[in-house]
Amino acid sequence: MDGDASRDSELPFMPAIEAVGLTKKFGALTAVDSVTFDVEEGEVFGFLGPNGAGKTTTIRMLCCLISKTGGQAKIAGYDVGEEQDALKIRKLIGLMPDNVGLYEALSAYDNLDFFGKLYDRTEGQRKENIQRLLAMLGLWEKKDVTVSTFSKGMKQKLGIACALIHDPQILFMDEPTANLDPESAKTVRDFILELKREKRTIFLNTHNLDEAQRICDKIAILNTKLMATGTPDELERSVSGKKTVVQLVQVTDAILAALRKLPLSNMTIDGNKLTFDVKDPDKENVAITEAIYKAGGQVRSVNIVGSTLEDAYLKLVRSDKT
Amino acid sequence: MRLSKSWVIATKDFKVFLKQKKILYSITVAPIIVSILIPTVISFAGQNKGGHGLAATELTVLLPAFAFFYLILAGYIPTTIASYSIVGEKVEKSLERLLATPTTDSEILLGKGISAFLPSMGAIFGGSVIFMVLMDLVTQPKLGYYYFPNWNTGLVFFLLVPLTVVMSVGWNVIVSSRVTDVRVAQQIGILLILPLAGIYVGGELNLIQLGDTNTLLIIAGILFAVDLLLLYAARATFRREEILTKWK
Ligand SMILES: Nc1ncnc2c1ncn2[C@@H]1O[C@H](COP(=O)(O)OP(=O)(O)OP(=O)(O)O)[C@@H](O)[C@H]1O
Ligand SMILES: [Mg+2]
Repeated sequence: MDGDASRDSELPFMPAIEAVGLTKKFGALTAVDSVTFDVEEGEVFGFLGPNGAGKTTTIRMLCCLISKTGGQAKIAGYDVGEEQDALKIRKLIGLMPDNVGLYEALSAYDNLDFFGKLYDRTEGQRKENIQRLLAMLGLWEKKDVTVSTFSKGMKQKLGIACALIHDPQILFMDEPTANLDPESAKTVRDFILELKREKRTIFLNTHNLDEAQRICDKIAILNTKLMATGTPDELERSVSGKKTVVQLVQVTDAILAALRKLPLSNMTIDGNKLTFDVKDPDKENVAITEAIYKAGGQVRSVNIVGSTLEDAYLKLVRSDKT
Repeated sequence: MRLSKSWVIATKDFKVFLKQKKILYSITVAPIIVSILIPTVISFAGQNKGGHGLAATELTVLLPAFAFFYLILAGYIPTTIASYSIVGEKVEKSLERLLATPTTDSEILLGKGISAFLPSMGAIFGGSVIFMVLMDLVTQPKLGYYYFPNWNTGLVFFLLVPLTVVMSVGWNVIVSSRVTDVRVAQQIGILLILPLAGIYVGGELNLIQLGDTNTLLIIAGILFAVDLLLLYAARATFRREEILTKWK
């Protein structure tokens, strides 16, 4: 109890999730390489990375499911990797694994009730939570229906509900919208936003950039190593340079030949739309339009676009490979 | 270790079994058939060609060995249940979620053990009651007394059968950790009944004195030692890190 009291007094300064040099090796393969980040209470933290980046491995280490091979991590002040803290951590957190992992032969209610029991919730608490969660997800009517008859989206929602049955303040979700149709993905995303309003700390694995941008307060880009961390805005700005998009009436070989003589990088052609990477649009755009006119082309529009999170992501993930 | 956690897991498994006819059948059909079939065969044996059925001396060799038929069942029935309850969780990928709850590996393993042990014992005891009643009815006229129940049969059902069920559960946990297909798990799991069938056949051929209390106690001792070994190995297999990273 003493430990808990001191924990409370430290609370304002303590991140909900903290990793310092967290590393996992499988034999010779390094899956997660010295990753350092922290997640504040009530924050939605997006963990982005390509397949095999180590996202699932990181979640598993943080949830005390597999051991770390290096570094430290803390969940609400408890040490990940300490035998006696593992149960305390697992009591505090909820996990939505990458595989939904429900008992297909049981009803939605029985699935939730089972997990509620494992988290030592009383019958009254379980009833109340099950009703609240299923109602929130629009599944209350289906509470007694066998899960095997559920659609993928419904299963996914029920899976999240199972991770929330004990009202955890910290929730880990491993690609909760992967393999869902756009509509189901949206209901799941809306649900996550609802949880965000309830001020829960959410650690979200995803490779959906759009989703990360819309939901997350902070994003980390992982590719075995941590490539960058920041707010979505910060990451966008971190990629220097802008793009110029020129819409032409007709693209001709003469125009392309003229443009190729200019010192432009990364020209892409999409129908009558040309895109360039530019450093200083004020100067370069003038040169571009001039070259087009001289080659006999007609410009419909010229737009300058800032870099997107996607640009930042691709740049960071690719930079690792070279 | 908190028994309550294991019990929660076991009762969840019971619910799943009740929903799956295949499991229900495989638990109940074999013991019922065996329990009815053997007394029926005995009642007709030796009756053809004007015979008078089996002699009392023959019966006293055959009857104690029949109880060992239930040892074979004790090896077989947990195979179906454990393969469904462990490989089933693997196929549904629900183990990760289960491991993420504040439950220890031992508690989960014990839960799985209970969910395989209790229905197996129930099916065998149920079958054995049918068997003993029918057998008594069939043999009483020849023997002049009711052969069942007796102390040695008690020893078989209350000592050897539970020890065999535990052995089968342990063996099947290990098998289930290595395969991803329920049927393959059962096929390998069932190999365990070979030595048990050997004991049974040995008894019927009068090579092993299965009516002898000392023989029974020696078999119990061997089973107990094998149980300890298998449970130790099962516990070593059932570690969350192994389950998530090495189990196929
Ligand atoms: N049990 C294991 N044994 C050996 N290597 C493993 C194991 N689990 C994961 N890896 C390796 O570790 C790396 C990271 O895998 P991980 O599953 O964490 O990636 P991920 O970011 O979750 O990918 P995805 O987007 O595909 O889910 C991969 O190279 C993977 O092959
Ligand atoms: Mg993954």
